[in-house]
Parts: sequence; C-alpha cells; structure tokens
Amino acid sequence: MSTVREAARMSGALRDAARSRSQVARLIRLAAPPLLVFLVVIGIWYAVTYLVLQPSRRFLLPPPHDVVRYGFMEPTTRAELWRGLLRSAHVAFLGLGVAFVIGFATAVLMSQAKWIERSLYPWAVVLQTVPILAIVPLLGFWFGFGLMSRVIVCVIIALFPIIINTLTGLLSADRRLHDLLTLHGAGRWTRLTKLQIPAALPDIFTGLRTSAGLAVIGAIVGDFFFGRGRPGLGLLLAQYSSRLKSEELLAAVLVACGFGVAVFSAFGWLGRRVVGAWDESWGATSRIEVQDEEATQGVQTDTSREGVGEPTGRGEAP
Amino acid sequence: MVDDDAVISFRDVTKGFGAIRALTSVSLEIRAGEFVAIIGPSGCGKSTLLRLASRLEHPSSGSIVRRTERIGYVFQEPTLMPWRTVRRNVELLAELEGVDRRLRRERADAVLRLVGLDEFADVLPAALSGGMKMRASLARSLLLDPELFLFDEPFGALDQITRHRLNAELMALFTQRPFAALFVTHSVEEAVYLSSRVLVMSARPGRLVDAFEVPFPYPRPNALRYEPAFATLAGRVASSLAEVA
Repeated sequence: MSTVREAARMSGALRDAARSRSQVARLIRLAAPPLLVFLVVIGIWYAVTYLVLQPSRRFLLPPPHDVVRYGFMEPTTRAELWRGLLRSAHVAFLGLGVAFVIGFATAVLMSQAKWIERSLYPWAVVLQTVPILAIVPLLGFWFGFGLMSRVIVCVIIALFPIIINTLTGLLSADRRLHDLLTLHGAGRWTRLTKLQIPAALPDIFTGLRTSAGLAVIGAIVGDFFFGRGRPGLGLLLAQYSSRLKSEELLAAVLVACGFGVAVFSAFGWLGRRVVGAWDESWGATSRIEVQDEEATQGVQTDTSREGVGEPTGRGEAP
Repeated sequence: MVDDDAVISFRDVTKGFGAIRALTSVSLEIRAGEFVAIIGPSGCGKSTLLRLASRLEHPSSGSIVRRTERIGYVFQEPTLMPWRTVRRNVELLAELEGVDRRLRRERADAVLRLVGLDEFADVLPAALSGGMKMRASLARSLLLDPELFLFDEPFGALDQITRHRLNAELMALFTQRPFAALFVTHSVEEAVYLSSRVLVMSARPGRLVDAFEVPFPYPRPNALRYEPAFATLAGRVASSLAEVA
C-alpha cells in the first residue's frame, strides 16, 4: 500500500518537474524574440558609436557600457536618478488616481442620462486637445511650481481615456440583461452596481492601462517644462541635456522608459487578474480552450446519463 | 370574453412603433398549465408580443390582463453575466427580489440540479457549451418559480441534437410542475412537440391567423416526433405558415 502511495507521489513529483520544465520552455519562447531585438539594438548602438561617429564626436552617443558606468554605477548619479524616479512616480500615481476618480465619476454621470452625456462629451474632447506644453507655464503661475501643478498636468493628460473607456463599458451592458433587471424592479443604483460597472470592468482597465502610460509621460514632461522645483526625472533630463552629460542623459531616458513599461505591465497584469477569467480581450480565450474540453466532457457524461427528461426525476421543484 | 382562469389575456391588442405597426388586433388567452407556441415569419412581431406580456412594452390600444407577477423570461441567447459564476447567475433574480442569501443559495442549487448543472455551479459561463449556457439561463428563470413563462426562441441558436435534448428537458419540467407558457419559435416541429396549442402569426403587422390544438398527452416522449400523427399535424401547421410568410 505504502509503495503504491510512494509511486503515486513519485509520479506526481515527475509531473511537477515536467510542468516546471515546460514552463521554463514557455518563458524562453516568450522572452527570446524581444531579447533578440534588444541585442540587435545594442549592436547597432555600438556600431554607431564606434564606426559611424568620429572619436571627437563620440560624446553624442556614448557606448552602452559608459551609460551603465556613469549613469548607474556612479553613486551620486544613481541616487539622483532614484530620487527623481520616486518623485516622478509619486506625481504620476497621484495624477492617475485623481484622473481615475474624476473620470470614473464623470463617466457614471454621463451614463445616467443622454443629456448629461451630450453636455459633457464635447468638453472631454476639448480637454484632450489642450496643448499641454503650451499651458504648462500658465499652470505654474496659477498653482505654483510644486507638486500641485505637476499632478494637474498628469490629470489633464490621463483623464480622457478613462472617461471614454469607462463610458463605453457602462453603456455596453447587454440590453436583455437590462430588461431582466427592469422586470425585477431594479433601480438605477442596482443597475449600476450589479450590471453596468461589472460589465464595464474590461474597458475600465483598458482605459487605466492607457492612462497609466500617459500619466508617466505627463509627470516627466510636466517636470521637464516646469524647469524648477524639486527635480523628478523630467527635470534631471533637462539638466543633463543642458550640461551635455550624455551618459547620464541616456541613463535617465532608460529609467523613464523602464518606469513607463513597468507601469503599463503592472496595469496589464492587474487587468488580467481581475477580468481575464471572463473577458476575451483580457485573455479569457486561452482559458476557454482549456475548459472547453471539460465542458464537452460534461456534456458527454450528460448524454450517457441516458434520458433527457432524467433531471426532473432527480431534482425537486424549486 | 375574458376567461377568468386565464393567467394572461390579450384583448384586441395593437402595438405600433412610430409609423410601424408591429401587431394588430391580437386576442389570446393562456390558462394555467397551458403551453402555447407562437410561430410566424421573422419580423412578424412575435418578440413584441412577449415584451407586451412582460410589460416591458405597453399596448398602443386594446388591453392585456395578467393575473400573476411571477413571470419567467427566457431570451434567444443565454444572456448570462460572464463575470458571475453559474450559481451566482442563477441567484440573480432572487437577489434583485431581496431573497435572503441562504435561501437563494438553496434554491439555486435545487434548480441547478434540476437542469443537470450542479457540477458546474462554481464555474464561469465561459467554460460552458452553448447548450449548458442555455440550461443555466433556464435555471435562472426557474428560480422564482414562475407561473407564466415567456420564451423568445430560446433554443434557436443550438444544434439539432442539443435542441432536441433541451426540448425534452423543458417537457420534463413542464410535466412535473405545469406553468402557463408562451413560447415563440421558428420551428414547426418544436412548436408541435412542446405545446398544447400552436398559433400561427402573419407577417407584419403581426396578426394571429390560425390556431391548432395539439392533442398528444403529456409527458411526450421524444419518439413522438417520428409518429405519423405528429407529422400530419406538423404538416398542417407548416402549410398554414407557408400561406402567411
């Protein structure tokens, strides 16, 4: 008996090993193509630095290892970049948070009545077309050159996708489900919480992901153009570039890129976690493939149960 | 004359949407335990008839008297909420009616057993096949134990085999605890198999032009479909339908 159990455990261990091996293989398959592109880009970078540029002009594009050495290994610069990143992240997340609260509330309002939607929609569009760089100095005069105006830049830039995606989602709920709720006396609030908001979640996450990227850009660009205050990544970029410190400049650009990618992926991950199980655009398809087999099996067992009228015999009236 | 026993009766009901006349002078009564099928060409106003019966729409003229508030409405598609598990979908209507959590969970499990989905109570609808989704939808409408069932071509999108099986399951449910049903369909065979009365509706504006009593006793075995008497009746319904289409 114990040998049987042991054998079972062994085979379980083998299965686990096989699974983790296949997971590694999958990871390699997934990571290999972008990694290859990365290597090609680094190669081109070196080629431009050493083959295209004259030694006297090499400061225009220092080689990658110098960027790493002066940008990331140098303690002072590294600390500067780290502090800048934290400040910009603070601004971006604050901006995104405020944009989400305002955007979500606006979209909910707009979904409640056609006339509200018609009244607000044009202004949402106008907001999106605001030439943000042009009004940065103005914002500085109005709100000072501190955190407040930086956050406002982020909000302006990140608001539109949240409003539009949330609104689309709220209005996308199935008409017949609306009918069903009507038949059972659901009011606005029930309709909103039980039907419209859940139905809007996939779109809300799409909006959030887009706006998160924009908020990062907003934080950096705003900082860059305010040109004063405690330096975030944008101000560092401006300083490095005016002092022709190209190694540090490129390092700062890389940090900014990395930050943007991290934020974008984080919201992608969050979206998949929350709605990925049932929404196709967030990855539900692959799950369906897996579970379809089970479902078919279920139907088969059903048939083998012989008799379609059978369930009644087993159950009782509700 | 309005029948006192009728669960729902339409008297001379006309319904228009703007310039379009969807239904014209429809009179119809359904008594408890009566299964009425309505068949007609597409766009003849069959769905409008159901919306009127459910009070999602109101007649332009004529009157509708309904003697129960407990109605079940089954749509063409399963229309489940993809973010809710099968059980939570089935619980939905009870939740809207404010039924206590424990009670609605009990009832949901009972109806899920009834439609043979008890093993799938905790999965999301995406994991179900088309037929199973439709059963979950049926279970949802069964939960509040309706006295009047409105079916809007519920099995129209399913393959023949699944459709026959669901017909039989519905037959079993109906036999066990008869309700009044108004069943809209495109399929003559389905109409004759399920109903005690088949009404034929004309093209727009929809009008009830023919009625056939279906004499076969319940419960009806699936094999009934292949009997000569069934074929004869189905043939008569089909030719009546061909005249108005």
